[in-house]
Amino acid sequence: MSEATSSSSALLSFSNVSMTFDDGTKALDNVSFGINAGEFVTVVGPSGCGKSTLLRIASNLEANTGGTCSIDRNSIGYVFQDATLMPWRTVERNVELIAELHKLPKADRQQLAAEAIELVGLSGFEDKYPRQLSGGMRMRASLARSLVMKPKVFLFDEPFGALDEITRERLNDELLRLFQHEGFAGLFITHSITEAVYMSTKVLVMSARPGKIIAEFDVPFAYPRNHDLRYEAEFGELCGKISHALRGAHE
Amino acid sequence: MSSSNSLTSPIDEVIHEKRDRVSFADYLGPILVFLAFIGAWYLLSSVVLPEQKRFLLPTPHKVVTDGFFVWHSGERRGLQPILLSLWDSAKIALLGLGITIVIGMSLAILMSSSRWLERATWPYLVAVQSAPVLALTPLIRALIDGTQTQRLLVVVLIAMFPIVSNTLFGLLSADKSQHELFTLQGASKWTRLVKLQFPAALPNIFVGLRISAGLAVIGAVVGDFYFRQGGVVGIGAQIDVYRNRLWGPELITAIILASTLGLVVFLFFGWVSRRAIGKWHITTRGH
Repeated sequence: MSEATSSSSALLSFSNVSMTFDDGTKALDNVSFGINAGEFVTVVGPSGCGKSTLLRIASNLEANTGGTCSIDRNSIGYVFQDATLMPWRTVERNVELIAELHKLPKADRQQLAAEAIELVGLSGFEDKYPRQLSGGMRMRASLARSLVMKPKVFLFDEPFGALDEITRERLNDELLRLFQHEGFAGLFITHSITEAVYMSTKVLVMSARPGKIIAEFDVPFAYPRNHDLRYEAEFGELCGKISHALRGAHE
Repeated sequence: MSSSNSLTSPIDEVIHEKRDRVSFADYLGPILVFLAFIGAWYLLSSVVLPEQKRFLLPTPHKVVTDGFFVWHSGERRGLQPILLSLWDSAKIALLGLGITIVIGMSLAILMSSSRWLERATWPYLVAVQSAPVLALTPLIRALIDGTQTQRLLVVVLIAMFPIVSNTLFGLLSADKSQHELFTLQGASKWTRLVKLQFPAALPNIFVGLRISAGLAVIGAVVGDFYFRQGGVVGIGAQIDVYRNRLWGPELITAIILASTLGLVVFLFFGWVSRRAIGKWHITTRGH
């Protein structure tokens, strides 16, 4: 069982959050944890265990039926499973979108978009349309779009799940560098244990529905992390422990 | 680390697209079909039809010489009166199409914003679409003054459905996650419509426009049959006169030009569509 770490400095905290959908499906059961500035927390769990529901509650796309979730809702970045770019907008105009919805003046949002585009390594592709980009590049554009408003908390809903392994690992590195550079707090959802350990300061394991936090692992490796970390014994050992906990979660 | 530092790593490959080149083979198809069509026409007018009925379908060269190459003869014969009538009908078709677009898209926007309204109006739109509008001519005459207005009404009734249905379908086609992106930013209904739903609907809207444009021409031509007055008459009325007097070459010439008008309008909207959305929207064909 995890202890509630919802201290006052937490940028995002769940305390005893439960979720029962209208059709009676119980998705989450008494989930408590917190994320402080500088923390990157990843949730792994079986399919359909309610991992994504956590993000939907944090971002207010769904309202939890029990407990409380506290977060500054004006400072959330949300990255969806797919890139959700607008096909009729160029990369630059896509990256501007969120700033545009917040009614920033044109000059400001162009400036912010240009910075974000450079940050994710898409310089030179500003005028391309999404259909001209590869899956990895679309995801970069999607990241840049969320970066524009410099959110304090970033929610990632299996953003790299649809990418091939090499692209995924490359984007893992990109995202880690952004994490260090921008200093946001991250809540990341994934199916991949390796990805979870590589990215995070802490990994939470959820049980099958109704989702509960059944195990919690601190990841001791210092940032910046290097690709070779994935092949070190200590890394493998931690992955093994998480894998065991996940097996328990399926029962 | 300074913020101007770029955090780049080697970039994934950009997807390069093949530009479709139009080759001779692409023109060959339409040419072959045209030749086959002319051949079948000759066969029909000089072999299949019994001799005493051949005046009903003059041969292609007779249509060219007696229909297209006679500028003006008598009160109604010749290319000039046909073109004047065609222009008269084209004005009605285009004005009617404009009215249809405004009403149809507004209706679709209202329907997309309210499921209740959609359910309430949809069956009646389908009913109007299927109703034989021209059977209502006496009623239209009784209710509405002025030939032009009556003709416009026929065009609007006939051309309305594809605009409404395609626009509505397009407005409802945006992804759930795209909608959620807007929800997360607290976007208003209007912002959502303008920045998400409407652009997402454009490919469908253009499909609707092309179909409705063709129907508007048909509506104008058949409307002419029933609503006419002195002076310049529409192409439909002209066709009716030629038909009654059995002026074969003029009849066929007028029919060909009326179809050409429909084709031109159809091609025009195809061109506008490629200009407007060709950059980001691709239609695919499995190879």
